[in-house]
Amino acid sequence: MIRTRLVAQRLAFLFLLGCFFFNYPLLSIFNQGGSLFGMPSLYAWLMGSWLALIGLLALVIEGMRD
Amino acid sequence: MLQVWVIVLASFLYLGVLFGIAWYADHRADHGRSLIANPVVYALSLGVYCTTWTFYGSVGRAAANGIGFLPIYLGPTLLFALAGFILYRMIRVAKANRITSIADFVASRYGKSQLLGGLVTVIAVVGVIPYIALQLKAVSNSFTILSSYPEIVMPASAGAVPLFQDSALYVAMILAAFTILFGTRHLDATERHEGMVAAIAVESIVKLVAFLAVGTFVVWGLHGGVADVFARAAEVPEVARRLTRADTSAAYGSWGTLIFLSLFASLLLPRQFQIAVVENVDVKHLDRAVWLFPLYLFLINLFVLPVALAGLLHFPAGTVDADTFVLTLPMAHQQEGLALFVFIGGLSAATGMVIVETIALSTMVCNDLVMPLLLRMRWLGLAEKADLSGLLLEIRRWAIAIILGLGYLYFRVAGEAYALVSIGLISFAAVAQFAPVVIGGLFWKGGTRDGALAGLAIGFVLWAYTLLLPSFAKSGWLPEGFIAHGLFGIELLRPQHLLGLAGLDEITHCLVWSLLANVGAYIGVSLLRVPNAREARQASLFIGGTDLSGHLAWSGSAGVADLLPLASRFLGRERAEDAFMRHARSRGLHSVEELPGDARLVNFAENLLAGAIGSASARAMVSSVVSEEPLGLDEVMNILDEASQVRAYSRELEQKSLELTRATAELRQANERLRELDRMKDDFISTVTHELRTPLTSIRAFSEMLQEDPKTDLEQRSKFLGIIVSETVRLSRLINQILDLAKLESGRAEWTVAAVDVGEVIREAADSLTVLFAEKSVTLDLGGCATGLSVMADRDRLMQVMVNLLSNALKFVPAESGLVKVAARGTISEVRVSVTDNGPGIHVADHEVIFDKFRQGSGNTDVLTDKPQGTGLGLPISRQIVEYFNGRLWVESTPGNGACFIFTLPRHSGDNGPAPLQAGNDNQPGGAQ
Repeated sequence: MIRTRLVAQRLAFLFLLGCFFFNYPLLSIFNQGGSLFGMPSLYAWLMGSWLALIGLLALVIEGMRD
Repeated sequence: MLQVWVIVLASFLYLGVLFGIAWYADHRADHGRSLIANPVVYALSLGVYCTTWTFYGSVGRAAANGIGFLPIYLGPTLLFALAGFILYRMIRVAKANRITSIADFVASRYGKSQLLGGLVTVIAVVGVIPYIALQLKAVSNSFTILSSYPEIVMPASAGAVPLFQDSALYVAMILAAFTILFGTRHLDATERHEGMVAAIAVESIVKLVAFLAVGTFVVWGLHGGVADVFARAAEVPEVARRLTRADTSAAYGSWGTLIFLSLFASLLLPRQFQIAVVENVDVKHLDRAVWLFPLYLFLINLFVLPVALAGLLHFPAGTVDADTFVLTLPMAHQQEGLALFVFIGGLSAATGMVIVETIALSTMVCNDLVMPLLLRMRWLGLAEKADLSGLLLEIRRWAIAIILGLGYLYFRVAGEAYALVSIGLISFAAVAQFAPVVIGGLFWKGGTRDGALAGLAIGFVLWAYTLLLPSFAKSGWLPEGFIAHGLFGIELLRPQHLLGLAGLDEITHCLVWSLLANVGAYIGVSLLRVPNAREARQASLFIGGTDLSGHLAWSGSAGVADLLPLASRFLGRERAEDAFMRHARSRGLHSVEELPGDARLVNFAENLLAGAIGSASARAMVSSVVSEEPLGLDEVMNILDEASQVRAYSRELEQKSLELTRATAELRQANERLRELDRMKDDFISTVTHELRTPLTSIRAFSEMLQEDPKTDLEQRSKFLGIIVSETVRLSRLINQILDLAKLESGRAEWTVAAVDVGEVIREAADSLTVLFAEKSVTLDLGGCATGLSVMADRDRLMQVMVNLLSNALKFVPAESGLVKVAARGTISEVRVSVTDNGPGIHVADHEVIFDKFRQGSGNTDVLTDKPQGTGLGLPISRQIVEYFNGRLWVESTPGNGACFIFTLPRHSGDNGPAPLQAGNDNQPGGAQ
């Protein structure tokens, strides 16, 4: 459950991590043009870090069951 | 294939299927087998966040400024990361208080204020209308475009089309009818709609699959994969500029603002609140939705940028509206089936949004706006009407129709001036005004009703001035000069450059001003006074998560006779009676009439009503029948502030008092027992004295006779001496037995416990009595004695029991014809010995009496007169002994048929060989305690 303080705090940490991923200044680093894995670097970064964040959320949530 | 009738038929078929799903889910829910009670359905239903804005508008937004469509989905992802702190608490609070909408939530938090609920409703309705217009525009445009296939023609400006030829009007009417059918079939006390949620979950799947299908077609059907799309886009300079963003602080600022805005919108939009909070079946479902819902958002956005770029590459600039690329790309490549599927996907996105949003809004309009007003109009006499549930449904139906009508009106007035996303953002900014009072309400106890009213009002006014009115002005419904030169031509009042603030886009500009003023007013006005009793109570309900409902909500009282009719009026009689019955049962009562008119009942009734008409109205209605004594502020504050300590303390007290009660009961019992024993001791002493005096008297009398008359003849003398000797024997036997009994009872008797062969003991006892039996010519039959039965006992004591029983029997059988039979049998666990005689028998009433001290059966003569035949102590002693060895001794007899004395003892498992048992003086069961 999200009930447990530790899980809630881990999720809140991921919230902060997400704020960092999706904003200036990190955004500006990937906004210089060029490409990553055949995609524009900004797009690749945002989609990649978004997916990673979702993965981490899943890890925290599903991991708390044991 | 894509004639108009095909499209219309497909649309209606699809809506019919949805209706079927909803019906089936409702049906299942009625039978207690909920279809939606799992986290995946919950997460999918949250997908109602993705409307035609996402389905059509995102691509348009991406075509205009690249990645700029994305913050709208990053925000909700971040919100769900904060689920433990915000959503989880909101759901808990909403469930505990039967919150039915965001207006209800805010009104309830700040002391169940009707005024506040009304204000939130007005803001929500006005704020969300552009958003509904967006759906109408998207559906009617996509219909117009699809129906002109194979041509790709952009629809004419809505204002130019005559009213009755405007497809958007029909879309609005159909959606209104559909929503009314969907959401207002019956009134539910919890305001939950299982069927609707199931249909929404299905719609979420349909729109996702449709969008992924288009994406797959565009990326792999028209191009050689994602990399190919991006590579081609990079070659065209005009398109390539969408691959990066302006690298200015304003651009990053507005990006961050959009993330922040969508974070709140995904929580505060009436439909999001409805699905995430009100329709939540189990708060545990939130767990998995924390990552499933963001994953859904990720998937539906996966192909947005590639599709936008492909559209830009494919269509000459300015010929096709980028908002329609999702539809026009398949059409341009003759993919009729895919195009129709896309249209259905768009329809899913629109209907899902419209259904949930208008149902949520209609609930708010009915509960927080219309009903409170109607109930205030005394001349309508509503308060006296018997059944208002029909009226409630009627109001909701009209609310749905009117909201969709207003949506259509906005579409006609202002719909053309903006792209889809821009219209939606106006709504986002409106509901963001709820953020301070909702989030503040969850974490800050100091917020008051006045603060919330002030914050919301000023935020709403600034939003309307900086965002809504300019949207009218841009469409020509307000003078153009309003934007360019400000109200009354005052430059400082230019709506999009308020006080000269420049350099921000219009959304950020609106949010900066409105939220700044909103938060400021909320906090500032709240700080003007301390929260009153009611606000403080609600604050602690919302923040502490404590459930104080049965204790402090009402200090007054009202009976079932007032409350049940009240509830019946809003819920219908059957539902109300059902609910009251359940409440009665939960309190262990058998009928509704037995319910006491206490605060608990009043609270129950208020909660029940809150589900149907909102918490503020429910409070008003209940207060009309309750005679409440006002709560003192100090009283409430004291209890609330220390609620947890008080609870812990009272729990401790409760436990202590429980222990005390238990100890008292034990003491009382012990005291009873002591008194009983005392009485028994007195009885015993008086009886013993009596018993001892009888032989003593006779000894003394005969001795005196011998002493006074020395000339008594020898025969007489020896007769007297014989009596004296026998009386002395009797006396000493009596004294021995009394001592014996005293020892047994006090636990000072000495026991030598070993394995004893029962058969042997019986024979020995019989042998010792042979002479006596022979004297009376009584037959002793030992034929029924099995051999090899062993028990753990004291041999001499067991012998005593046997002798007692045999001599007892001997006493009562008639001479010459007397017969005494002894039998011993063994089962696995016990040994059973019976002594049967053919004496006069014992009356049932005496079966227990004979085991009392000095009492003998009525068949025997009174011990005090006539010649006594025994001491009356033999049987009590025997029973003490048998019970000491965990056995039982009793009698079975009917008068005239002899008596059978039976005792059982636990069988010794090792029948051969002694096994000494630890048996001391201190563990005797019958001993004094």
